[in-house]
Amino acid sequence: MIDHFARIGRSTLTHISDLGRASLMLGQAIFGRSNVGVHWRLIIDQVYVVGVLSLSIIVVSGLFIGMVLGLQGFTILTNYGSEQALGQMVALSLTRELGPVVTALLFAGRAGSALTAEIGLMKATEQLASLEMIGVDPLRRVIAPRFWAGFWSLPILSLVFVSVGCLGGALVGVSWLGVDSGSFWANMQSSVDFYDDVCNGIIKSIVFAIVVTWIAVYQGYSLIPTSEGIALATTRTVVFSSLAVLGLDFFLTAVMFGDI
Amino acid sequence: MYARGLEISVGFFMVLGAICVGFLALEVSGLTYTSDASTYRLSARFDNVAGLAIRARVSAAGVTVGRVTNISYDQKTAAAMVDMDISSDFSEFSADTTASILTAGLLGEKYIGLTIGGDSDLLSNGDVIYDTQSAVVLEELIGQFLLNMGSEK
Repeated sequence: MIDHFARIGRSTLTHISDLGRASLMLGQAIFGRSNVGVHWRLIIDQVYVVGVLSLSIIVVSGLFIGMVLGLQGFTILTNYGSEQALGQMVALSLTRELGPVVTALLFAGRAGSALTAEIGLMKATEQLASLEMIGVDPLRRVIAPRFWAGFWSLPILSLVFVSVGCLGGALVGVSWLGVDSGSFWANMQSSVDFYDDVCNGIIKSIVFAIVVTWIAVYQGYSLIPTSEGIALATTRTVVFSSLAVLGLDFFLTAVMFGDI
Repeated sequence: MYARGLEISVGFFMVLGAICVGFLALEVSGLTYTSDASTYRLSARFDNVAGLAIRARVSAAGVTVGRVTNISYDQKTAAAMVDMDISSDFSEFSADTTASILTAGLLGEKYIGLTIGGDSDLLSNGDVIYDTQSAVVLEELIGQFLLNMGSEK
């Protein structure tokens, strides 16, 4: 009986100290001594890997999600004879929820896992230790650029996702199903508010960007440097990031839109 | 040592983000450059504003000329006061202009329609329109209809 309590206590302490280590790592990576000139080049390199290369999956999935929303929304809204509200439905669900959340989930799978595996392999092949030996702080040189790249890339990817999704919805709704294009866009414009909907969506995706990238780089930095360790850490990155995104999304939605 | 193509593609990526913000602002949320351009305020007193929302549009002859900015309840007259911001481009509303709450389509949004009268005096900032027609409440209409049906028999 006592053993059970001890086990609960041990796992709690492990998790809390993990969280503490992760915060220390992030703090040192962001606020440690910097050599700015080199830093920008490293960030640009990582933005290419993390952001630009993720663009194709984001555009394709955004297009299809927008088209599915258009199709599903149309079949439901015609029951009530209000298919003019299609634009409103597509745009609101994309800007408020689907854009930030789906982008963050795809980002965790596409870029987060790659970050973990890359940093993990650097650790397993003792590249991080070598950097430290020659007096380069691996937190500044390896972790920080990757963190900032994720921080900048995810909101931009999310904006691309929402824009492409709206165009996909318009493609299905207006071009194929024959909703009047004037009322589609006018309804969308009158119901979507730039500050309430678009900006809150951007804030959401900035929060997701911090959380997903943080989890990815920490899992890579702290893994056990074996092949099993890398596999486990990569899986954890995707699972933890997805759960964190979905859980945080509820709280952010409750805070942002709860009183509307 | 840094590939030029890589920098160019990152640059394109950033510009794409800016374009998307522009698209979402102008096309999707209908934010226009003139949204905070000069406006003037008119108010209207309605007996009933059921279903009218803040940010609903104000139109004259079907053209959007402004937005509803505030709806409040006036305890003295037991009526609703609706504040509207009208774009300064449309400043020629005669003093006997009437305001009515209309519905777009059968179940659509409520909006305010202004009908211009013949007076040569013009409404200016802060004026109140008293000659108004209230919102149509569907339940009251159905009630009247049923009453009429009953009395015809």
